[in-house]
Amino acid sequence: MGRTKTNELGLLAADYNGRPSTLCPGCGHNSISNQIQQAAFEYSLNQNMVVKMSGIGCSSKTPAYFMGRSHAFNTIHGRMPSVTTGVVLANHHLKAIGVSGDGDTGNIGFGQFKHLVRRNVPMVYIIENNGVYGLTKGQFSATADFGQKTKYAGKNELPAIDLCAEALLADCSFVARSFSGDAKQIRSLLRAAFSHRGTAVIDIISPCVTFNDADDSTKSYHWGKEHREILNELGFVQGQDDIAVDYEEGKSQDVQLHDGSWVRLKKLDDAHDPTDRASAFRVLEQARKEQVIITGLIYIDQERSTVVENARLTDTPLANLTEEQIRPSKATLDKALAELFS
Amino acid sequence: MTVVDLQQAPATQLHSGQRIVNDFSFVVATTNGTGSQTSNNTLLRALFKMGVPATGKNLFPSNIYGLPTWFYIRVNKDNYRAHRNKAEVLVTYNFDTFAEDVAALPPGGVCIYPMDAPTGKKKWNVVTPSRDDLYYYRIPVDELTAQLNPAQALKEYVANMVYVGALAYLFNIDMAQIEGALSYHFGGKAKPIEMNFGLVKLAYDWAKNNLQKIDPYWCESMPDATFNKDMMMIEGNAAAALGAVFGGVEFVAWYPITPSSSVAENLQEYLASYRHDAEGRATYAIVQAEDELAAIGMIVGAGWAGARSMTATSGPGISLMAEFTGLAYFAEVPAVIWDIQRMGPSTGLPTRTSQGDVLFTHFLGHGDTRQVVLLPANMEECFQFGWEAFDFAERLQTPVFVLSDLELGMNLHISSKFKYPDRPMDRGKVLTAEDLQKAGGQWARYRDVDGDGITYRTLPGTDHPNAAYFTRGTGHNENAGYSEKVEDWHNNLKRLAHKMNTAREILPQPVVQKSKGAKIAIVSYGSNDYAIKEALDYLKARRDISVDYLRILALPLSPKVGEFINGYDRVYVVENNEEGQMAQIMRIDFPEKAPDLRSIARCNGMPLDAEWIMAQLLEMEGK
Ligand SMILES: Cc1ncc(C[n+]2csc(CCOP(=O)(O)OP(=O)(O)O)c2C)c(N)n1
Ligand code: SF4
Ligand SMILES: [Mg+2]
Repeated sequence: MGRTKTNELGLLAADYNGRPSTLCPGCGHNSISNQIQQAAFEYSLNQNMVVKMSGIGCSSKTPAYFMGRSHAFNTIHGRMPSVTTGVVLANHHLKAIGVSGDGDTGNIGFGQFKHLVRRNVPMVYIIENNGVYGLTKGQFSATADFGQKTKYAGKNELPAIDLCAEALLADCSFVARSFSGDAKQIRSLLRAAFSHRGTAVIDIISPCVTFNDADDSTKSYHWGKEHREILNELGFVQGQDDIAVDYEEGKSQDVQLHDGSWVRLKKLDDAHDPTDRASAFRVLEQARKEQVIITGLIYIDQERSTVVENARLTDTPLANLTEEQIRPSKATLDKALAELFS
Repeated sequence: MTVVDLQQAPATQLHSGQRIVNDFSFVVATTNGTGSQTSNNTLLRALFKMGVPATGKNLFPSNIYGLPTWFYIRVNKDNYRAHRNKAEVLVTYNFDTFAEDVAALPPGGVCIYPMDAPTGKKKWNVVTPSRDDLYYYRIPVDELTAQLNPAQALKEYVANMVYVGALAYLFNIDMAQIEGALSYHFGGKAKPIEMNFGLVKLAYDWAKNNLQKIDPYWCESMPDATFNKDMMMIEGNAAAALGAVFGGVEFVAWYPITPSSSVAENLQEYLASYRHDAEGRATYAIVQAEDELAAIGMIVGAGWAGARSMTATSGPGISLMAEFTGLAYFAEVPAVIWDIQRMGPSTGLPTRTSQGDVLFTHFLGHGDTRQVVLLPANMEECFQFGWEAFDFAERLQTPVFVLSDLELGMNLHISSKFKYPDRPMDRGKVLTAEDLQKAGGQWARYRDVDGDGITYRTLPGTDHPNAAYFTRGTGHNENAGYSEKVEDWHNNLKRLAHKMNTAREILPQPVVQKSKGAKIAIVSYGSNDYAIKEALDYLKARRDISVDYLRILALPLSPKVGEFINGYDRVYVVENNEEGQMAQIMRIDFPEKAPDLRSIARCNGMPLDAEWIMAQLLEMEGK
């Protein structure tokens, strides 16, 4: 029954499939791929207008495994942010979905990540966070727990970098965290992210079953199930008219997204206001102290302008401009030369 | 007036021999950050307008204020425009380098120095020059400057106009042209023109009343000469930027580095002037990236998405770009990278010129990578490659490096008026939705359909369900699928090599200059061109040796280079680097001729000059 359901574009869910995954069975990344294609189907994303971007790692391989009708660029280790910046400026009608790993983003690509966020490059930036380098066989990444021991990498002597806090510090306009075991939440966050104006960072704890899934690891399935706190639940409505007060006062919050739709947040943590940056830092710090995985929408700002807006581009994507539009006339050259000393 | 102690002493007497007209060099020694560049370019422009072929060379430190800087102006009635590494006339405001600057003058040279301290910092009044074989003139720099009463902040700056006025009198440089050059420099703004030219005039009049011309050097207008007719003056980095604008550049990402920054800065200006739609919105984007890794990443992304994209950098930036250019080579993504070469290894000498990145850029990327390189030799080619580089990058779907250098990029040169592109843009093999429709959706990203090694691509955003492909730097088959198969890898690399062979044919072909009966030849490239042509003339005139000359315009090498070198007993490859890098590339591409290839190479921060090239060649020829 579900298999024959079509979306607004008349496409089946299967039309959003990619190639079969070659990751380890049970790898958290696989369930994220599934949710990306499911969310894209539900959201009726036009795959021709999507670019799938990634760096290098098990996580960065995954764009091959979903949305096979979209162009993809599997770039180099840690450099997906810069390539994506170029892509969206060259064609600002495209929707970029980036997939990276904690090593790809938090280690080698840390600088590019921060600068991409700082520029507010319009894209969905998914980090599949497992605390290790999967593809190079289990070394610790920058998000590994302080003092953690693994069979492969020994003891980690360094504090963990919190990529959500780093994004926030770089003025990220959409910061969320999730857990690869929570399919529904991932889909709802992705939907909100697809409608977001600038960079939407979603840090998804995604266990590496081969190298970092011991129960005492904060990146394990066990930890995700036992020590997860959900901040809020996201619902969607097209216009505010649709909104009837169906939550208790103070228990819900509506935020309008860039495409005009609204997201209704059902607050499970009464105190947290995701439009308040200080509040976002506070919940992250508290979660760090208590070693819990807080999930949901941590911060959202629909006001910050994007790198594309700041470039004041002509409507037609740069990549589609004609020769007449980009090569000034002979008269213009003559004018330029006349201004030189002669 | 304090002019009484203006002895043109110690031992100078009136020159009695022949005048030397329009065939010598000036060198102006100052410290950087004091504004002498305006004065120097004013002199250069005035000479240019007098019809005199004049070449400027700024030798400046990697520093913001207070270190020695020299500006050379060569005037040459025969239109030799290479730098000479030698000057007959010294003007100095720099007390710290006075002794070495005076020592560098040839016998019979001229030394002009202050009789009071410019801006009151150094005790020029007690200086006694050491040589008695020079002509000396002294000028009261502070005193004249004070007469204009400039604002304190401008004092040091306008004081440089004193030597402009003194030189104008002593060497017969046209005052009207000096005023014209100042007017150009200050964009016609009355106040600064008045102030600066006012001081030039004061100094001119003072010199006229107080100095007796005793040296043999003269400038003269060349009203009948055609060298400068219909010509203009521009820096190579501005020419490159202007060329790119007329090549339809759509995306620029860059990170500041000497000597390349002015490419991006000129782009910024030209694009802002010439590239907006009817509503005033931009048909380009320019991003100052966080580093060169990001700059190249951005242009690779933009190039992949279908925009004409470029960056400009220099040695250290090129080093950072290695991984990305390897990716772009292998994934076949167009991008244009201007490398304004400076001295390496490492940070090297940021403000000195070289041709040290030839080997590195040609093979930039790990594994078997070969990059396309263009080698402009003058302003006209900086402009032309500015637009053509995009055509080559998109036609070949590969990065294109343009190797300029500090010598071309940051000095003001005489140039002919640039020619508007003589052909429509070549956007390369791009399949549209319609093309895909016609083909029934059948295509393969890396299949060589036309036999030239160049395959078809689609751009993201193409409205066809089969348009997409997966771009990767990992091993791939014709369909862009991941593959570790031996045949897939092998076929792909073979095709890429074949594509580079296609490139050898379609890239700019070498320029050849032949003379009768030459048994030996020179091969060179880039900014050495003027010096080589001059050296060839000297070899013929002074030693009656005929030497043919081929100038390489692009890598990978054209087969024409191989044909050419086969015609000579010995071929001298002349270049401005330590290792003879182009000679190495020629040995790789034409191994059968390797025993006859000789390297004339030097890298000391200065451009090659004719005398040195000639001396090297004569020595190696045993003559
Ligand atoms: C420049 C460079 N250095 C090192 C590597 C090797 N490498 C490949 S993937 C990887 C780590 C990936 O870790 P992460 O981003 O966390 O992805 P995961 O595999 O865990 O999903 C490394 C170090 C590389 N590909 N490129
Ligand atoms: S190694 Fe870890 S991250 Fe990589 S595929 Fe296997 S489980 Fe996933
Ligand atoms: Mg990882």
